[in-house]
Amino acid sequence: MLIKCHHPTRDVIMKGPKQVRAVLGELKLLPETVLVIRNDTLVTEDELVADEDTIEIRPVISGGAGWSGGPDRLSWAVSRAV
Amino acid sequence: MAIKLPRHHTALCAACFDRYVVDQVERGIRSYRMFRRDERILVAVSGGKDSLGLWDLLNRMGYTTTGVHVQQGIDGYSNKSETTTRAFAEANRLPLVVYDLNHEYGGGVTAMAETTRRSACSACGTVKRYAFNKIGRELGFPVVATGHNLDDEAARLLGNLLRWQVDYLAKQSPALPASHAKLIRKVKPLFRLTEQEVAAYAVLRKIEYVIDECPMSHDANSLQYKAVLNQLEHQSPGTKQFFYLEFLRRQPLGGAEASTENVVLNECARCGEPTTGTLCGHCRLVAPLTQARQAGSDPAMNSGPAASVAPITPVTIDWNA
Repeated sequence: MLIKCHHPTRDVIMKGPKQVRAVLGELKLLPETVLVIRNDTLVTEDELVADEDTIEIRPVISGGAGWSGGPDRLSWAVSRAV
Repeated sequence: MAIKLPRHHTALCAACFDRYVVDQVERGIRSYRMFRRDERILVAVSGGKDSLGLWDLLNRMGYTTTGVHVQQGIDGYSNKSETTTRAFAEANRLPLVVYDLNHEYGGGVTAMAETTRRSACSACGTVKRYAFNKIGRELGFPVVATGHNLDDEAARLLGNLLRWQVDYLAKQSPALPASHAKLIRKVKPLFRLTEQEVAAYAVLRKIEYVIDECPMSHDANSLQYKAVLNQLEHQSPGTKQFFYLEFLRRQPLGGAEASTENVVLNECARCGEPTTGTLCGHCRLVAPLTQARQAGSDPAMNSGPAASVAPITPVTIDWNA
């Protein structure tokens, strides 16, 4: 599957099928901090994403730039505790 | 399609979620008597999901609204914000007031922060609060509405508690009264909705909003507080709602009104706007820029008080005129 991410804008490839919950888990994202969108439709955590699907993971937190992997605070704001 | 609402132990279809969002906003407006049906509302609009979502909601609910957008002059961000805001206003035939900091002061938020050695978020907040109030009053609006959501307010509450900012705690209400003849009311109709719910509403309504966040705010403290609260929310859904709404419920009746009763407001010696001191925060903020503009020099080289403050000259766009 192709995952379109923001902050910074980038594409991530992941093997499907996989539940949205698992996709977010692999990206270390809290479900409360993002929306998952497929074909202009919101997708819930328990739905399956097929290998051929394209999804967008859109952050919902206002107040900063940057995302997972970066040293900024927004990446911390959307990431799961370790 | 279903939208999960873990804090309410439910999931809703798109139509029911839309009804839920409208109900929550109506309930918030009613419970704090934010505004009446016959009042004109100035909506502060940045181009993000919260402010455009709020503007869309109030418009759908039948309120008479005008948007106000502050062009902050931040490279690579502000032009996109203004374009997005204008596009929404035009598509919905809603009047919009644009206030350009570069035009008013000869510099935007970045220059204001640099010349006064303040954080960009602090400078931005000061100049926007000033502009919203002054523009609203001069254009005859009794109230300005902002898109602050439950996450914003819970994060602010946590920050105020961690620092025991008792004065700020007393003023943290979704509705602040006009405590001076030159102040208009300030309200936050989205305070019952989470950030994720507002974003979901914007997507379902196909609102084109700026997804990128302000590049100047990456170090904002509020992000740390939101991170902590989201970790807690993940473990225990409903934590943010309980934290903030319970705080409001336990505030003494008329908490916001009571908190302003003992505050003596003067008029700023330079611009005449209300302030607790002799010179307001806005005038101190823009002093180096306005002085440099008059002297025709680099604002970074000036440190003395401003000779004067530029008058407010917003541009109003009425698509229906």
